[in-house]
Amino acid sequence: MTAPRPTAHLAELNIATLSYPLDDPRVAPFVEALDPVNAAADGTPGFVWRLVDESGGDATGLRPAGENVIVNLSVWETQEALWDFTYRSGHLEVMRRRREWFERHVRAHLVLWWVPAGHIPTVEEALERLADLQAHGPSPRAFTFASSYTAAEAAPYLPDSPHPSDSPSTPCLPDSPDSPDSPGLPAARPV
Amino acid sequence: MEDIETIAVLQDPVRRRLYEYVAAQGREVGRNEVAEAAGVSRTLAAHHLDRLTEAGLLVSGSRRLTGRSGPGAGRPAKVYTRARAEWSVSLPARDYRTAAELLAEAAEEAGLDAGLCAAARRRGEVLRGEAGPCGSLGEVMGVLAARGYEPHLEEKAGAEAGEGARAVRMRNCPFDVVAERFPPLVCGMNLALLEGLLGADGSLRARMDARPGECCVVVEDSKNNTD
Repeated sequence: MTAPRPTAHLAELNIATLSYPLDDPRVAPFVEALDPVNAAADGTPGFVWRLVDESGGDATGLRPAGENVIVNLSVWETQEALWDFTYRSGHLEVMRRRREWFERHVRAHLVLWWVPAGHIPTVEEALERLADLQAHGPSPRAFTFASSYTAAEAAPYLPDSPHPSDSPSTPCLPDSPDSPDSPGLPAARPV
Repeated sequence: MEDIETIAVLQDPVRRRLYEYVAAQGREVGRNEVAEAAGVSRTLAAHHLDRLTEAGLLVSGSRRLTGRSGPGAGRPAKVYTRARAEWSVSLPARDYRTAAELLAEAAEEAGLDAGLCAAARRRGEVLRGEAGPCGSLGEVMGVLAARGYEPHLEEKAGAEAGEGARAVRMRNCPFDVVAERFPPLVCGMNLALLEGLLGADGSLRARMDARPGECCVVVEDSKNNTD
C-alpha cells in the first residue's frame, strides 16, 4: 500500500526584529548559525522550499516587513516535519538565545497556513496571512503550532485554489489584501 | 481506565520489572529478550507484556526480529515500546500542570527567559548541594537518573576513540508537556537547571543538541568541544 500523495503543504512565515544590525558583533553568533541551520533545514525530511535573497544562501537581505525585520518563509510537507526542525534540531539553540538578538514581539510573529502542493508562497501572501492572524486570531486561513488546523479544514482558503462561492473578494488571494472576510468563517478568536 | 487504575497495573513486581526494562531500552523489544532480562519464562513475560499493553502503558507491534524477509524468515514477532502517554495521580487533587502552563505562557509573553534561566540555574545548584561538580559521565548518569531523565550513554558516531567519544543523552524530558508548548523558553530553563545541577566549572559540559523524541540537552566532555 502506498500513502496518497499529499495535496497540501504547510507554509510558514516568521518575522524577527533585529536589536542590532546584522554586521554588529553582538549578533555575530546568530549570523554564524545561519548557514549550518539553513543547511540542516534543507536536509530535513519533509522540507520543501525556503525563501532566499539574491545571495542565494538565506533571506536576511530581504526586508519586506521593515528595515530591521528579517523574515523566514518556508514550505513543509507536514506540520510535524516543521515542528521537529524548528524545535528538535540545532535550530532550537538559536531559538533559545533569541532574546539576545531580537526585540520581543507583542503581536504574533509566526504564522502557518496550508497551500496546494507545488505552490510557492509570495512574501506578500505570507505577510497577509500574518496580518490575518494578528487581526482575527487563529483560523483555518492563518494559525499557529498551538492552535493548528488540518489541510482539510483549510481547503476553502488555499491560495490559488477555487473558492467555494467563487467570490471575487476571496480573502486569501495576494492581490486582494483588504477584502472583507468571506461569509461562513468561524468566529474570530481574540489574539 | 482511570489514571489510578492504570498505575495500579504496575503494582505486580514482575510486571513492573518488565515495564521498566522495556522503558529503559528506548526501542522495540521482543518477548524473548524481555523474559531473559527479567529472568522469567517467555509465557509469563508475554502475559504481563500484553496486560501492560491493554492498560495503555506499553504499545505493541510486530516485527521480524531476524532482519530477514520473504519465505523462511519466520513469523513476525510481537514487540513492545513504552507508550508516550503520561499518567499521574495526586491525592488530594493538585493541578501543577495548569499552573506551569500559565506561568510559562506569561513568561513567554513577557520575554522572561533570562530571569527564568537564572532561577533554574540557582535551583540546580541547590539540588546539587554540597557535592562538587560532576567529574565523570558515570556520575552524571546517576544524578540524571535520580531526576527522571532516563540517561543513556551514546558513542558519538564519527568521533575519534578515547576521551570525549561518549556523551550522555536523555530519553525522558521531565517537563515534556510544557516544553512542547513553549520549547525555547522551557528547554532553555531545562539547560540552565542541568548546568546548575552538574556544576559549570567541572570537566563536563551540558549543551543544547535537540533531536526528535529525546531531551534537548546532551552532556559531554568539555575538552572535546572547543570549537
